[in-house]
Amino acid sequence: MGSANIVKQLKLLPQKVFAIILFLLIWEIAPRTGLVDPVFLPPASVVFSALYDLVITGVLFKHTSISLQRAFGGFAIAALTAIPLGFIVGWFKTFEKYMDPLLQTMRQLPILALFPVFILFFGIGEVSKLAIIALACFWSIFLNTVSGVLNVDPLLIKSARSMGIPHTGMFRKVVLPAAAPAIFTGLRYAGTVSLIVLVAAEMIGANAGLGFFVINSEAKFAIPDMYAAIVALTILGVVINYLLIGVERSVSKWKEEIVRS
Amino acid sequence: MTKIKAENIKKTFKIRTNGNSRNNGNSSNELLALGGVNLAINKGEFISIVGPSGCGKSTFLDLVGGLSKPNEGNIYIDGKPVEGPGLDRGIVFQQYALFPWRTALENVEFGLESQNIPKNERRGTAQKYLTLVGLNSFEDRYPYELSGGMKQRVAIARALAFDPDILLMDEPFGALDAQTREILQRELLHIWEETHKTILFITHSIDEAVFLSDKVAIMTARPGVIKKMEDIPIARNDRFEDDIRSSQDFVKSRYKLWELLKEEVVRAQQISGNAVSNFSKWETAK
Ligand SMILES: Nc1ncnc2c1ncn2[C@@H]1O[C@H](COP(=O)(O)OP(=O)(O)OP(=O)(O)O)[C@@H](O)[C@H]1O
Ligand SMILES: [Mg+2]
Repeated sequence: MGSANIVKQLKLLPQKVFAIILFLLIWEIAPRTGLVDPVFLPPASVVFSALYDLVITGVLFKHTSISLQRAFGGFAIAALTAIPLGFIVGWFKTFEKYMDPLLQTMRQLPILALFPVFILFFGIGEVSKLAIIALACFWSIFLNTVSGVLNVDPLLIKSARSMGIPHTGMFRKVVLPAAAPAIFTGLRYAGTVSLIVLVAAEMIGANAGLGFFVINSEAKFAIPDMYAAIVALTILGVVINYLLIGVERSVSKWKEEIVRS
Repeated sequence: MTKIKAENIKKTFKIRTNGNSRNNGNSSNELLALGGVNLAINKGEFISIVGPSGCGKSTFLDLVGGLSKPNEGNIYIDGKPVEGPGLDRGIVFQQYALFPWRTALENVEFGLESQNIPKNERRGTAQKYLTLVGLNSFEDRYPYELSGGMKQRVAIARALAFDPDILLMDEPFGALDAQTREILQRELLHIWEETHKTILFITHSIDEAVFLSDKVAIMTARPGVIKKMEDIPIARNDRFEDDIRSSQDFVKSRYKLWELLKEEVVRAQQISGNAVSNFSKWETAK
């Protein structure tokens, strides 16, 4: 099954890379033919060679690792708080009824608007950046956990009860596995959100990290570097998304259809 | 010796009020599902309940399983009132209730896990019961990869695996084709003879009830009560004979049960105010 899958993937490869190659070609040609100003948008080859230099000199690594620490830190804080809280709120249904209006309202709050508030409380340092990333990630993990727990089929609970499962076992053997796919959907979404908020926060107040590097390169008019960092951020986003999809698949392999992103 | 005894069991459900449902309760948003069920089942007996759809059969099974409490009356098992579920009763649910994240084998193992049986032994037992229902080559499949009939067979294996005294089976063969159904009916009779389990079996098929049971209880339309308990005068050994279904006793029992049931089915349709005929669900006694 595995090797057949790889063959299938390989067959699809031309189809998959076609649009990307076309995009890179246009990006290369447009500035060179003067269709766009090459000062504002250097050709792809220039940007990628800038990216190469940034990799070689270790500059990219420095900023990436700082960014990743922030994103991962915020993400982890969110996951560690949102999943347990989500279970509590989802399991005690009356609690959920009271909380829901507040939660639905809070979710609509544009997170980045809170950044000045965080800076006010925590200063411009790491704490406020971690906090804003954590808060942004929190919602999707939390709400997905709640709905995952709420949607556990009561018949399965009944079935488990009929086989003498104690309350603790019920949680581990029924509620957790039943809610896991929903939780991982939340985590995957949070992974995307963490990068967006990370970049915004680093642009607003930081002296390192990829977001900072983008805005700083722009300020120094090192335009190829700016694009190189944007490309790096995109690759990072793709990698993180694939990792999370991989984990999501492995916990949802019992599902007939896996929602693909 | 009485194994299961139900005394005047009443069960009401709260229902959402949209004002159009007729009911027999005192309050306007309660539905009386069971109106005083009395039933006694002896140890080692095989009893089937037949009754029109919606008359409260599954509700009654839940109560015996200890998964919900009656509003009135008591259920005793071995003379002790039922306080909750337990591994002395294995339930095969009408909608299978398999855990979708567990393979067929892991599903069968579930009931064994709450006893302190070592993993190897658990595996072995689960495999044995999957083989019994003819699914040994499907042990690694997830429920979504199984057909309806296969899921039912996994559910049966799961209930048998932890070796309960009592089997509560809610239309366990409902989704099977005729051939598989007959094979499993025979298999169930064998298991019953070997293990001396007490079996409470719900079915829509009079034919199935006559073939399997010592006694068949006819339930009335909602609110369900036991209308009549019919003895099936067919010896256990005779049931494995090829032409048993055309024997005098078999045909007679089937006819008698159908006569008793017919008016309940009609009444059930009037109660639900539903003109669509459900008669096709029933096998005629002809
Ligand atoms: N949890 C519940 N809440 C409200 N009403 C219920 C509930 N469970 C069952 N009922 C109602 O109680 C009645 C009996 O239901 P039950 O499932 O026991 O019927 P049944 O005899 O098993 O029917 P079938 O043969 O179709 O499976 C039905 O009218 C049903 O609508
Ligand atoms: Mg039912």
